[in-house]
Amino acid sequence: MNIHEHQAKKILQTFGAPIAAGVAITNLDDAEGAIASLPGPVWVVKSQIHAGGRGKGKFKELGPDAKGGVRVSFSAEDALANVKEMFGKTLVTKQTGPSGKAVNQLYVEAGAEIDRELYLSILVDRETGKTSFVASTEGGMDIEMVAHDTPELIHSVGITASTGCTDNDAAKLADALKLTGSARDQGIVLFKNLYEAFCSKDMNLLEINPLIVTKSNDVQVLDAKVSFDNNALFRHPDIMELRDETEEDEKEVEASKYDLAYIALDGEIGCMVNGAGLAMATMDIIKLYGAEPANFLDVGGSATTERVTAAFKIITADPNVKGILVNIFGGIMRCDVIAEGVVQAAKDINLEVPLVVRLEGTKVDEGKAIINSSGLNVIAADDLDDAAQKIVKAVKG
Amino acid sequence: MSILINKDTKIIVQGLTGKTGTFHTEQALAYHGTQMVAGTHPKKGGQQWTSAAGQNLPLYTTVAEAKDATGANASVIYVPPVGAAAAIEEAIDAGIELITCITEGVPVMDMVRVKEKLDKSNSRLIGPNCPGLMTPDECKIGIMPPSIFRKGSVGVLSRSGTLTYEAVYQTSMAGLGQSSAVGIGGDPVKGTEFIDVLEMFLADAQTESIIMIGEIGGSAEEDAAQFLIDEAKKGRSKPMVGFIAGRTSPPGRTMGHAGAVISGGKGGADEKIAELEAAGVRVSPSPAKLGVTLVDVLKS
Repeated sequence: MNIHEHQAKKILQTFGAPIAAGVAITNLDDAEGAIASLPGPVWVVKSQIHAGGRGKGKFKELGPDAKGGVRVSFSAEDALANVKEMFGKTLVTKQTGPSGKAVNQLYVEAGAEIDRELYLSILVDRETGKTSFVASTEGGMDIEMVAHDTPELIHSVGITASTGCTDNDAAKLADALKLTGSARDQGIVLFKNLYEAFCSKDMNLLEINPLIVTKSNDVQVLDAKVSFDNNALFRHPDIMELRDETEEDEKEVEASKYDLAYIALDGEIGCMVNGAGLAMATMDIIKLYGAEPANFLDVGGSATTERVTAAFKIITADPNVKGILVNIFGGIMRCDVIAEGVVQAAKDINLEVPLVVRLEGTKVDEGKAIINSSGLNVIAADDLDDAAQKIVKAVKG
Repeated sequence: MSILINKDTKIIVQGLTGKTGTFHTEQALAYHGTQMVAGTHPKKGGQQWTSAAGQNLPLYTTVAEAKDATGANASVIYVPPVGAAAAIEEAIDAGIELITCITEGVPVMDMVRVKEKLDKSNSRLIGPNCPGLMTPDECKIGIMPPSIFRKGSVGVLSRSGTLTYEAVYQTSMAGLGQSSAVGIGGDPVKGTEFIDVLEMFLADAQTESIIMIGEIGGSAEEDAAQFLIDEAKKGRSKPMVGFIAGRTSPPGRTMGHAGAVISGGKGGADEKIAELEAAGVRVSPSPAKLGVTLVDVLKS
């Protein structure tokens, strides 16, 4: 789960991280007061969307010469003008895709005097199975480019879970970032605090780009991107409250209510599959036979008839869907449960597009019998290859 | 021979008394007499679990007690995510050799903690978020559907449960059968990686060929490719077919499995396919053609 920059900063602040004074604006009426509450002389107005590249992004509704999604103002009047121009517009960045994202929240922050821009992140390194810091003196730019062009400027420091971030680990990071004097002392404290925040809040990624050193040699978190481990949200009700559903696809929000792993895509063939690997492979084979998948959907290992019905409704709510492929290989998932759900859902929604069903595995004969005796117009398939070809033919002719 | 499990493997079920644990333990008991020897429950020690078919298993309060009483060398975990890491740690502390965690949704920070403990122990963990493992006609641990297996010569390993079933089903239909099948799981931090299982399959005399199924995210497939290249230089290799799920998956989205995500420009399917092919693995473009592709590789 992703959160906004201003939410991330608030969390990091509770762990003692140095953050500039700032106010979030969710309603234009509050803008003037928010700006007045900051002392100036510099105000930075930042679009709050769940995507990177905001500074270089362009607003769809404004001309190509208009300024981007992060703006610096040197007067309160100019800051207010920027807020009014940006609020409610659609920001397109290299991470949002061409449709962009609506800017429903802005964050106004006191400007900082920047001496150096650094990069710092914490993530779980899959190869070592350890939490790891990534640090670079090349902050404020695309870190993937830095890693590609100058890998020697990227430093990783793995943390041992039982000891946490030690003085030695923190010193290595301070060295990597070339921190000296007061900035070094502050950095050592900050690294430990950020590690604590990462672990205790079950973060997936904590990225500070840039972490700045000011002209007075203090460190400050200038931008913060935080995402959380969805599997750990059950123990963080405070984090769950930060979810902004307007950032997500409506169908994905609906699917999440039923614990369905669903991702909306652009194609014409809806898919309902059990197992994430098989669901990806089903998308791949649809493409292999010349059509495009409309979604990824894993009904999971413990789907009930109710969840299968919900899955069907979500798939068919997509107007691009011209046919549906149900592909089930039962292990935990029983084919008879899927079959009952499919029959129930097809009747409930008065299904009008072609439906191909492929069942295999636990209770497959019972499942096939339920489908066959349902009176529904279902195209049965023998195996995955057969199923993919039949649905593509039914849709493409 | 086979790898990891056989007819002598004795298994404790952690989380036996729940619905999932009960269903799959009944299936295992019915599968060529897989030796399910006990269950654990913190409050039901001393009681008995009874299957629908009337078979009884003793319940113990802890894994250590169950191991002492039964001589078990393996455990399988069906407890909910909130307690899964503690269950793995309990099994490690009890000195269980092979621990299989089926549970999906274990927080990754829990696994980071478990991984450190695991690395300092003699236990092997399969999973979490995996379908378990099978040695046909001998032993079933986990949730794989038994009807699709056939004793034979193909070693199957996979990050995906249901794609494991595809590979098993297709090799059975092709008349090859399986030596063992291992689902290593779809989480980013897990107990056993591809290279661990590949080493075992290369060393196993019954295993004449291998199907490996990977997916987007991480670099386990690239590591496997490098391992295969290094072993081939030592004269160790077996015919292999591969498949990588997720060629059509959009970057930055987590595709169901917590570990299946292309992030930071890394973990895409095309790179994995290229590296595996460079290591001599025939990568099938279709998940429906794993069996026929392997037959083709074995002919040539």
